[in-house]
Amino acid sequence: MAESTKEQAIRPRAQDDPPAVRVALILAAVLIMGFFVVVPLVNVFVQAFAQGVRVYWDNLFHDPDTLHSVKLTLMVAPVAVGLNLVFGIAAAWAIARFRFPGRTLLTALIDLPFTVSPVVVGLFLLLLFGLQGTFGPWLRAHDLKIVFAYPGLVIATAFVTFPVVARELTPLMEALGAEEEVAAVSLGARGWQVFRLITLPNIKWGLLYGVILCNARAMGEFGAVYVVSGHIAGKTDTMPLRVEKLFQEYNLPGAFAVASVLAMLALVTLFVKTALEWKTRRDLAEAHRLQTEGAQP
Amino acid sequence: MTTDVNRRVLPGFSLSLGYTLLYMSLLVAIPLAAGFLKASHLSFSEFWAAIASERALAAYRLTVGASLASAVINVGIGVLVAWVLVRYEFPLKGLLDSLVDLPFALPTAVAGLVYSDLFVARGWYGRFLVPLGIQGAYSRLGIVLVLVFIGFPFVVRTLQPVLEGLDKDVEEAAACLGANRLQTALRVIFPSILPAVVTGFALAFARSLGEYGSVVFISGNMPFKTEIAPVLVVARLEEFAYTEATAIAVVILAISFVTLILINLLERWSMRHHG
Repeated sequence: MAESTKEQAIRPRAQDDPPAVRVALILAAVLIMGFFVVVPLVNVFVQAFAQGVRVYWDNLFHDPDTLHSVKLTLMVAPVAVGLNLVFGIAAAWAIARFRFPGRTLLTALIDLPFTVSPVVVGLFLLLLFGLQGTFGPWLRAHDLKIVFAYPGLVIATAFVTFPVVARELTPLMEALGAEEEVAAVSLGARGWQVFRLITLPNIKWGLLYGVILCNARAMGEFGAVYVVSGHIAGKTDTMPLRVEKLFQEYNLPGAFAVASVLAMLALVTLFVKTALEWKTRRDLAEAHRLQTEGAQP
Repeated sequence: MTTDVNRRVLPGFSLSLGYTLLYMSLLVAIPLAAGFLKASHLSFSEFWAAIASERALAAYRLTVGASLASAVINVGIGVLVAWVLVRYEFPLKGLLDSLVDLPFALPTAVAGLVYSDLFVARGWYGRFLVPLGIQGAYSRLGIVLVLVFIGFPFVVRTLQPVLEGLDKDVEEAAACLGANRLQTALRVIFPSILPAVVTGFALAFARSLGEYGSVVFISGNMPFKTEIAPVLVVARLEEFAYTEATAIAVVILAISFVTLILINLLERWSMRHHG
């Protein structure tokens, strides 16, 4: 290893690009990312604080409709994430641990909600649960409200974010393999014991990231929620919908204040992702080191 | 086969599969079926009138055109960024790498809000671009730009593992055989990353087709000019024209599904020829 780096330092290798090309490409990449990603991100916070911290604070905490939107988002997202979490674990267990006919098809179908336009999701939920919808008359007779109300928001959010946890877990559980679980069963562990004592500790970091990513998507969901909410201020407006309404009212500082909270959520999500990737790499290196050390004596 | 052993040994097969199927049918299959059922109640002439109006045709053209344009741009900048992140070392590389995922995590409404604010005449980009006659906000260009942001991670993230797995010895061999760096890039590296590029392109394209939250902020939503198909669906809904909205929604769904099938075929084709 040390020899090859020395060699590298002395003689530029044929598969290395010339320094000028290298610098130009790095600069171009940094500029592109700056233009499309970094500057917009900075702009969110600059605009949110453009009129000072006081105005920012007032925009967030002294606007009853905004406060309500925060509360509503905090009520909708965890329920949708919880539903998708249970589903994600079940789907990953079925797909990664067993072979059955239609398994490939099932995997493809799980991805389906990613390709359906959120607006179409919202519309189809209206067709199902709206006043003129399939279940509309029945719901009205029983005095139940789904669209333009809390349950509709949860269903729309759950639909749009539903593959997230399953997609994180399935490849992870496939990579882990079933040996430990099979061993536990052969030693007499029961189903839930296997899951709690073997599977869960193995997948906990992937699970955590799946939940956090799903939560970020759920809190940020716009199109589907826009359609089913009826956007009633102070009633069915979630945070992203509140951003849009403030934007329409030309209250840009207000819109950016709410947007900055959502952007912070995104940053936290990215931070957790990076930290987990770093931890996974370290764990892998550690396991590798232990393995080679164990093999030597 | 180990797989059959699993089913006999490991518990929970019927429970997990049953729950998966139940949840998927309740949450996904029933609403989708309801939509298609509603659309099938329309007579053919009603359906045709709804989906083939001049306004709707303009909206499909814009949706598909802007998605294609943004996906093509994303291929260009995605290949560049992925290459730089995999092959070179430079300060703050880790930070840049993490930020690639920002468009996945940032709510689309925030992206739309900030992009429209950047490109208006007094915005950070607009104050330079608008005097040059480049209207980024409330224009088709704005739609393409925000879709580039939305689809940006797809090409980079599908490409990165492939670039990492490339065998550098092949490049060395090409150089030894007298190829210059550009020839190596075009004839050795490019063919082996082509399948990943195609996948990334298709994913970015498919994601852009249905995008609503970000576009609605920046496009200005003028019929015939800057109105994309999902925005038209919402416009029809707000006029309580449910049948027309449903018909257009079915067209959007059909376009997405066809894209999905094409993606699969394209992937298989490129795997066979270049994999």
